[in-house]
Amino acid sequence: MKVHEHQAKQLLNGHGIEIPNGYVAFTEEEALEAGKKLQAKGIENFVVKAQIHAGGRGKGGGVKLARSLDELKTTVSQILGMTLVTHQTGPEGQLVRRLWIEEANPPRQESYFSLIMDRTNRCVSLLAAAEGGMDIEEMAEKSPEKLLSMTIDPLAGWQPYHSRRLFDFLGYSKETAAKRLFKESSKLFSQLYDFFVQKDCSMLELNPLCLCGEGEATKLILLDAKLNFDENALPRHPELLELRDLDEEDPKEVEASKYDLNFISLDGNIGCMVNGAGLAMATMDNIKAYGGEPANFLDVGGGATVEKVCAAFKIILSDSKVKAIFVNIFGGIMKCDVIANGIVTAAKEVSLAVPLVVRLEGTNVKAGREILQKSGLDLITADSLNDGSQKVVAAMQGAKS
Amino acid sequence: MSVLVNKDTKIICQGITGKAGLFHSQQCREYGSQIVGGVTPGKGGQTVDGFPVWNSCYEAVKKSSATVSMVFVPPLFAADAVMEAFDAGIELVVCITEGIPVFDMLKVKRFIESRNVQRAGLGQEPLRMIGPNCPGIMSSDECKIGIMPGYIHKKGKVGIISRSGTLTYEAVHQCTQLGMGQSTCIGIGGDPIQGMNFIDCLELLNGDKQTEAIVMIGEIGGSAEEEAAAWIKANCKKPVVAFIAGKTAPPGRRMGHAGAIISGGKGTAGSKVKALKAAGIAVADSPAVIGQTLKELIS
Repeated sequence: MKVHEHQAKQLLNGHGIEIPNGYVAFTEEEALEAGKKLQAKGIENFVVKAQIHAGGRGKGGGVKLARSLDELKTTVSQILGMTLVTHQTGPEGQLVRRLWIEEANPPRQESYFSLIMDRTNRCVSLLAAAEGGMDIEEMAEKSPEKLLSMTIDPLAGWQPYHSRRLFDFLGYSKETAAKRLFKESSKLFSQLYDFFVQKDCSMLELNPLCLCGEGEATKLILLDAKLNFDENALPRHPELLELRDLDEEDPKEVEASKYDLNFISLDGNIGCMVNGAGLAMATMDNIKAYGGEPANFLDVGGGATVEKVCAAFKIILSDSKVKAIFVNIFGGIMKCDVIANGIVTAAKEVSLAVPLVVRLEGTNVKAGREILQKSGLDLITADSLNDGSQKVVAAMQGAKS
Repeated sequence: MSVLVNKDTKIICQGITGKAGLFHSQQCREYGSQIVGGVTPGKGGQTVDGFPVWNSCYEAVKKSSATVSMVFVPPLFAADAVMEAFDAGIELVVCITEGIPVFDMLKVKRFIESRNVQRAGLGQEPLRMIGPNCPGIMSSDECKIGIMPGYIHKKGKVGIISRSGTLTYEAVHQCTQLGMGQSTCIGIGGDPIQGMNFIDCLELLNGDKQTEAIVMIGEIGGSAEEEAAAWIKANCKKPVVAFIAGKTAPPGRRMGHAGAIISGGKGTAGSKVKALKAAGIAVADSPAVIGQTLKELIS
């Protein structure tokens, strides 16, 4: 689960980590209020940052400097309510509904710092670069020598040697205030790791982590912060669940999550309903192999009840692009006759108007197929995955023309 | 000989008083597996449908001499349950539970690794874990531990290893229909951190006399298939057919399984298929032809 930058910063702050002064704003009034509060702290320059989950906000025009309250007003009116397009939002962009108004901290040096759950090394790994603010994946590809990667043993945890190596690698040892910065950065790094573990993060990224100010006045500033949480662990962190922003998610996926359905929207026109994640992916692949384009990934799970199947049909059909539906069920413990009844009831309840291809296999398959045939529904049955994929692509082409 | 489990294997179920735990214990017993009882802390002393319930794995192992545990404990408590099982003397844990926090699994993984260093020093067999988030393990006609439908399996010579449940059924079904029975099928699960990986299972099937060919079903995310490809090229004496799910999966999205995600351009179906083909492994283009591909390869 992703959260906004301001939520990430506030969470870190709650963990004792210093963050730049700032306030969240949902309206122009709140943004101006935030500016006034910052001014009261002696802050003259502000940064207005659009709060959307996608990255690349700066390049898309979602992050701007304001040197006065008047400028703040203009900038806020430009960004709040804009549709921000970045390389991560896709061409349709994302509506900006909230802002983070922060004190301006012109960086003198930008670094990259991240912690990730590293499945290959089976531990948390840190990744750092002395140059920040850039695409880290591109850097890993083109100049891996600029990156520092270290593993942290999950049982031993963060050790001072991690901090020392990072401090040298980021070039902080050359600073006039190196002695103080060493203490501060060591504390910061170990706090970040503790936070990562305590809150079950899957990713924590500071891009950039900055040095601001000169000489003895140099300060370490978390200019940006991004957090991603392990969804499996959310039940033990109810406070994090409250931070979920449904506006940032696909409405069909939000609806599906209410019914415990694994659903992902895609761009095609063939709706899919499958049990099991692997088979659902393989079904999409097979449709594509026969010249079709899947409209979604949908795993109805092992216990597909009538209620779940109904909800799944409604969600698939809420996408007007869908021209045909393929139901592919391999009944293991779940019996095919139960699933067939679910499909028939659901298809009648949602008064299905697009061609429906059903392939049933597994336990009680004969009874299941009989139920489908006797239902009076205008559906196309298939004997195998290939047969079903071919039939649904043909049905889609028929429905289009 | 099948691998890891057979008709003599004694099994307990952790979480046997839960709905899924009891139902699948009954199903496994019906298939012929020796489910000797179960564990639910605080509910010891009861009997559920003929299964004795113990308070702890220590008690269960002492009373039943079980060596395998099938875990149906809810996700937030599963890691603890797995570690208790090993500490009590269980040698193989088959963890069906889906949704275990990743950090919990990291700890379990380290726990098993450190125990195994000690065991290797004492000349003992390593502790093994299958799963989590998996259908389980099945030696046809002998022992079923997990949630797979028993009736589609038939005894034979094909070993199957898979990250996905229903795709395993699909492969088993196709093989059975084409007259190719199975030795042992292992569902290693769809999580990013898991117990046994492809290579651990390949080693066992490669050394198993009953197994003459191997089917390996992978999916997007991570690099386990690439590593397995290199291992097969260097070590495997038996014909292998592979299939990779997720060619059409968009990057950055978790496709149902926690581990099925293309991140930072890594873990794509394309790179896996390429690595497998480069290792001389027959890759089925479609999930519908896994059985067919195997038949052509071995005939």
